[in-house]
Parts: sequence; structure tokens; C-alpha cells
Amino acid sequence: MTTVDLIVIGAGPAGMAAATEAAGLGLSVTVLDEQTAAGGQIYRAVTGAGAQRGAVLGQDYLDGAGLALAMQASGAQHLTGAVVWNIEADAEGITVTWSQDGHAAQLRAARLILATGALERPVPIPGWTLPGVMTAGAGQILLKASGLVAERAVLAGSGPLLYLLAAQMARAGTPPLALVETQGLRDTIRALPHLARGLRGWRTLIKGLGLLAELRRAGVRRITGARDLAVEGQDRATALRFAAGGRTQRIACDTVLLHQGVVPNTQASRALRLDHDWLAAQQCFAPRLDAWGETSQPGIFVAGDGAGIAGALAAAEAGRLAACQVAHQLGRTDATARDARARAPAARLGAERALRPFLDAAYPPAAQVLAPADDTIICRCEEVTAGQVRGWAKLGCTGPNQTKAFGRVGMGPCQGRYCGLSVTALLAEAQGMDPAEVGAYRIRAPLKPVTLGEVAALDAAEAAE
Amino acid sequence: MPRIWRFSVNAALPFRDLSPAAPRVRVTLDGAPLDLPVGANLAAALLAAGVGSFRATPVSGAPRGPFCMMGACFDCLIEVGGVTRQACMMQVSAGLVLTRPKGRVTE
Amino acid sequence: MQADYAIIGGGIVGLSVAWGLLRRGRRVIVLDGDDGSFRASRGNFGLVWVQSKGLNQPAYARWSQQSAALWKGFAAELGEGAGTDLSLRQEGGYDFHLDEAELEARVAQYSALRDALGGDYPFEVLGHNALKREEPEVGPRVAGAILHHQDGHVNPLRLLRGLAADVRRQGGQVLTSQTVIDVTQTDGGLRVACASGQVVEAGRVVLSAGLGAMDLGAKLGFAAPVRPQRGQVLITEKLPKMMNRPSGIIRQVDEGGIQIGDSKEEVGLDDRVTTPTVAAIAARAVAVMPRLEKAQMVRSWGALRIMSPDGLPIYQHSPTLPGVSLVTCHSGVTLAAAHALRLPQWLEGDADAPDLEVFSERRFALS
Repeated sequence: MTTVDLIVIGAGPAGMAAATEAAGLGLSVTVLDEQTAAGGQIYRAVTGAGAQRGAVLGQDYLDGAGLALAMQASGAQHLTGAVVWNIEADAEGITVTWSQDGHAAQLRAARLILATGALERPVPIPGWTLPGVMTAGAGQILLKASGLVAERAVLAGSGPLLYLLAAQMARAGTPPLALVETQGLRDTIRALPHLARGLRGWRTLIKGLGLLAELRRAGVRRITGARDLAVEGQDRATALRFAAGGRTQRIACDTVLLHQGVVPNTQASRALRLDHDWLAAQQCFAPRLDAWGETSQPGIFVAGDGAGIAGALAAAEAGRLAACQVAHQLGRTDATARDARARAPAARLGAERALRPFLDAAYPPAAQVLAPADDTIICRCEEVTAGQVRGWAKLGCTGPNQTKAFGRVGMGPCQGRYCGLSVTALLAEAQGMDPAEVGAYRIRAPLKPVTLGEVAALDAAEAAE
Repeated sequence: MPRIWRFSVNAALPFRDLSPAAPRVRVTLDGAPLDLPVGANLAAALLAAGVGSFRATPVSGAPRGPFCMMGACFDCLIEVGGVTRQACMMQVSAGLVLTRPKGRVTE
Repeated sequence: MQADYAIIGGGIVGLSVAWGLLRRGRRVIVLDGDDGSFRASRGNFGLVWVQSKGLNQPAYARWSQQSAALWKGFAAELGEGAGTDLSLRQEGGYDFHLDEAELEARVAQYSALRDALGGDYPFEVLGHNALKREEPEVGPRVAGAILHHQDGHVNPLRLLRGLAADVRRQGGQVLTSQTVIDVTQTDGGLRVACASGQVVEAGRVVLSAGLGAMDLGAKLGFAAPVRPQRGQVLITEKLPKMMNRPSGIIRQVDEGGIQIGDSKEEVGLDDRVTTPTVAAIAARAVAVMPRLEKAQMVRSWGALRIMSPDGLPIYQHSPTLPGVSLVTCHSGVTLAAAHALRLPQWLEGDADAPDLEVFSERRFALS
């Protein structure tokens, strides 16, 4: 099996910056990414179709092209369409197994940087499984990669991404019918004490205010403090219903784009059984890291939103820091050179993270999605409801791995990506425990489904060696 | 009694396409011919063509379509040449044989 | 807390025994572990299986046959009590062979066992063509199969959930997140102490904690020579029905997924999955049923079997702590019916109790 110094999984901002930095420090680097081009989700298609829509998507998006071009020029090997499905660590290194064009392949490395980014927080509300309901992230990906804008759409939930997407849709000449926000004035007030420390991130703050002004000018209707969201429809979404201002309201639409913030994608770090902590402020788990991004398993690093949500600019800086430390560990830079090289990225990372506590407090996930009603589906794959999970808690399930056995929750093809946090929250609620104590699903290979034929071919390859 | 879901194609398309017209290639969806832009993301191309529901779930037979568009949710699963694939992780090429999974498999 | 019985271990074995005792009117407290415990009950293959059991000990074959025969009534009663269908199918099961010589060797073993059992061992040998008529998906490399008519399968997760629900419905108490640290004699009975500080007083104690017996067994007077043996298992996406009967290595579960096993690895308390083993398991499955090549594998897992030196169950009353009994086996699903309906008679010394002497720990001292 071929061996390289470093494997980076994910070609978003963290992965691109890490690979570029590491290659620049003389390491042999392979980047594995499942998309067709570099950029991750935030800079999806930035060197391709997305670039043609710069006027709609904005300068922050276009800036991502710099990272992609730098990686291209860095000498790092970038494999596209590579879906990683197993990662195994042993005393000598790390083996990564992936699937590409219908064939399984493997590579070994001395070091690994996981840069697998974030997922949308699950938004379990009635009707969220209907065709026509998508995440706000999906709405943005359609815009970036395919130039599609939903015609009669309602954006619903909480978080700055909703403002950006609504503004982009308005610039494209198709503003959303409404922006229905679950956070309210009380959350803003709660967030204010964090603002003073957050002023280091003033640029982001100014941009946010600019987006809100843009939405006002475009005449986009905004409703805040909405509760009891539900999507109506039989075989597709036809309306969003919610309570606000003391009455039930209903907006007929074809598309509902939901958002409750994003959370770290911990599938790979869980599969490696790394130590994780519960981040109460962000209501999610994240792998435990040192200042360089190294995890509880020496030699394995996490950079970017996969380690806690801080955004694209922070992700790139974290990727650079991890690369500096990998180069040092592999003897390519001494401690002094490493520290000198890390100084600027570390400072910029600190500035990017400063505004986060304010944003986390101002845009909390809605109570409704953290404690869904009994008849709401929480596991989209196996179609398990919140009430069923509460029932299994009464039958003695103390943690998510027992609820898997009791009712198949989390056992479908998405591997718990869109129900894991909900199950942890429901069990915590049922037992009066902290989510940290309840724990999370144990994740195992394959990280994404792979055909048996591909897996079987690995056996033949092994026999031939 | 499992509910029988009908796959419907909306008359008014729910998405506006900003991209310049691309050359189209012929694929089949449940046996019917369909012309999609070559190289486009398959899930996006089907949505733009007015296909909202990609499958019926094996558990209840409920209809599903793309949800995350980034390969994480597995709701846009569709059968391509006999293999279940994520439409949002594929590109359109000529001759694709697409079949929408038909739902309940349990006895 | 007080009860007639304290059952240490809330997996399929412990809950089956608890269920049977409750059915006899006993007061039962079950002490169960937590979410991180090694639990064979949620990683097993789901077979209610007779063939290949007890090739060297006909009494084990007979005990498995007895349980398989009791399963229908057990599943009906438990299913009704718990309000869940266990999806029990006992229409026979296969042992597939790619190699003609191996098939013949196996048939010779089964024939000898059939003689030892006085003829009660209903199996038949299906050549490739005969097998193809029963299972059209088998591939050209399959030489044939043994079809054993007493074999079957069940939804093991619904068995676990059904037991958990019905034990509670019958008044059993289940204490979760408990680690038992000691059992001691008191004036009136036995005192079970947990790490949490929880104490249970009971007249009798059953140690059915699976690998937990490795720690606790000696303290309670048992040799408890059990060890973990890892089995890796894969499962595919849900597919339309493509198999009529289960086999020892491939079965279609009632929800549609094709479950494929399994490895036998001596790696200690390590339940991780490994790529080479998963690949080997997949390759064998594709050789047996080529159409599986296109099926998506959605999950794999490693679970730890609870193995005794000869692979047979251990049923043993404690020589040092009267009233304490050890119940352990690696076939908790197959034996669930016997554990629920026959083991209580053995625990209570009934006149018609099954003779389980051959499964006592004495056999290890002799060898």
C-alpha cells in the first residue's frame, strides 16, 4: 500500500489551507474529497459554475477561489469524487479506505487531518421529510453549483445563513416569500453581553447588518419569534404553518428551506473513537483538541467546523495551524520555525472566533427542534418519532446505542447524521441528564454506504498481494 | 394497508434556472425519456425538470426528494443501472437508466 | 430493594430467565449495565439455529432442538404480552458450501450426530440445481447446501425490546446503569451491591452478565471460563425479498436488509471492525449470491461472543454461595425459549427440570 506523509479528508477551507501549507513545508500530501471540485460546501463550485454568479453570491464566496487555486499550485495531490468509508489507526500510522468511480482504494499516511466540516443541525418539525423541504444549505448549494433558485420559497429557522441566502435570492431576482425566524428579541438581549468581546469580529457584524438592510430594501417579509413550525402537504410541501404574534399563520409555498445553524460533522472522528466534548453553547458534540488541532489519538488532527462551528475564515486558519504541527512532528520544521509560521494564523483564528459566542446566543436552536413533539419524525431513514424514543427511554435505554437496538433509530443509510443530536437530546430530557453523560451513537464503517462488490474486490486485491 | 404514493411532476416548475442553456442528453426515468443538461448535478437537474419526489421509502412508502444536497442525508437515493445512488453526488451523462425506488420492502 | 430473584445482566439471556421467573409468579429485579457495555444482545445474527450445534456433544444439539421447538409458543406469548411481532420464521435454514468435499465432510458429521440423536435430526442435502430451485439467487460457485428443517430466524432486536417491555409489564423491575461489584450471604438470603451504591436483597441470584462474568464469576464461586470472540457482521440497504430461508452466514431480515456474517476472531475486548475482514465477508457473500454485488452495505459492526472453552453453555450453581447460579452461553437467541420456559424449573429444582449436568463447570475440571 502506498504511504504519504499526510492525508487530508475534505477540500473545504480547512482542508485546502491545510494541504497547501503542508505541501509548502515539504510534506507529501493527498487530499481526499467526495465532491467533483475543491471548495467544500461554503465555496462549492467556486472555480467552476459558481464563479459566473459572483454578482448574486457575493465577494466572500468568490474569495474562496484563492484557497482552491493555491492548493492546486501547492503540489498536494487532490482526489475528487473520493468517498472515504473507513479510517483505521494503528501504532505505525493511518489507513484510509475510499470509493472512487465504483472502485475501492486505500492509502496509508503518517498523519491525518480531518477537515470534514459541518452539517445542518437536524430540524425535526412536522412535515420536514416531505419533498420540497430542504435545508437552507441545500438552497445555497443549488444556487452555487447549479444556478437554481426556488421560485415560491419560505426560509425558516434561525441563523445568519438565512439572511445571506435570502439576500442572494433577492439579488437573483427571486426573493423568498418570507423569512420566518424562530429566534426573537429575548435571544438578542441574551446575546448582548457577548457583544463587547465580539467586537474583534466587527467585520462580520457589519456584513450581517448590511444583509438585513438589503433584505429590507428588497421588501422581504421577516417574522421573528415564530413557534410551532410545521410543513403542510400530502406528497409534497404546500405551505409553512407557524405561530407568531399570538396567532397561527400560514404561508403557501412550493419550497421550504429550513435552518437551525450548523453543527460539526463528527462521523469520522466518532468512528475513530476520539474523545469528544459537549459544547453547551452550540448544543453539539465536538472532538477534544489541543491548540494545534491534534485529537486524543496522536497523529490525528481535526481542523475547521468539524471541531466546533467558527466559520470558513477560521477553518482555513485552523487548517494552517494543524499543518504546521504535522510538519514539525514529522521533522520538517523545528519548534521555532513552526511557532513563527503559526503566529499570524493563530491571531486571525482568535479574531474570527471572537464573535461566535454572540452569534451562538443570538441565534439559538428553537426549543421545538431540541424537544420535538411525540409524533414528529426524528430519524428520517427509519422513520422513528420522538415519542418512540421517549418510550424506549422508559424501557431502560440510557443511551443512543441502546435506542438503536430497540427501534433501529440511526441505523439507516445516513448513519445517524440527521438524528444523532435529537436522540441524545431526547434521552437527556427523559432522564434529566446532561447530553455529555448520555453520549452519542457509536459510528462504524462504512462512513457512507459502499457496494458489496467494491468491498469484495478489496479482498481479491489483498489475496493478490 | 400501505398508502400508494403517486409520483407527480409539477406543471409549474418550482425552480428558476439562472445557468446558461447547456447541451442536453437523453436519460430514462422509470422507462420514460428525459433530456437533462450534460454534466449537471443529477439531483439538481431532476429538480429543475420538475421531478420533486425521487423515491418512496422502504419503511412506510412515503415520498422523498433531495434534502441536504451535500451527500449527507441519503434522501435523494435513486436507482442508477440497478445500484442505489445519491443523486446529489452524481453528474448527468448520456444513457443513465434511472429508476425511482418503489417503497415498502417488508413482508 | 427486595425480590425473590436478582438477575445480574439485562441482555437477552438475563431477560429471558427473568421473564420465565415472572411467569411463575416470582418477584424479579434485573440489574442492567449502561449504553457503553459490551452487549452481544444488540450485535447478534438473529438465528434460531439447530444445525452445527453440538457436533461433539449431542446433549447440546438436543437442548438447542428443545429450545427451537419451544420458540413458536414463546414468541406468540411474548409477542402478545409486549405488543410486538418478533417475526419468527422456522421454515428451515441452510449451510451453503462452495466446496464439494467440505459439503460431504459436513454431511458425514451431521449423519453421525443424527445417529447419536436416535434419528431426530431432519436435514437434507441439496445439490446445486435443487438449491437453485429453492433459492434462485445462489450463484454458480455454490456446490450445494444442507437444509436443516429445524432452523429458523427471528428479529433479535424486537426480541430484546419485547423482553424489556414484557418483563416490566409483568412487574419485573429493571435497574439500569448498574455495575454489580459483589454478592454476599446475609441471614435471610443474598445481598447484591452495585458500584453506584445501589443494594438489592434477594433470595436467589442469577449471574447472566455475559462477559461481565469474567470479572464477577470468581467472586461468586465460579470458574466462569468465558472469553470474548469477535464476530464482524455487515448489513445492506433494504431490498425486495430475494431469499426464502436464512443461512448461517447470510439472511434477509424482515425489514429487508441482507445481513451477512461473520468472523470468529480472538482479539480480546476489541469490538472494532476491520477492512480486511469486512472485505473477506463481503467476498464470500457475493460468491454465494452474485446479485449482492450491487447492494449497498450500509452498516457493519463487531460484537463479542461469550465463548466457553468448548463453545457450550454453562449452567452452574455456585459451590460457595448457595442460591447463586451462573447462566451463560453464546446462543442467547436460539436458547431464549428454553431459558424462559425450562431454566426456571432447573433454578428451582423442580422434579421435571431439564437435566443440565453436562453443562456444569465440572466438565472443565475433568479435561
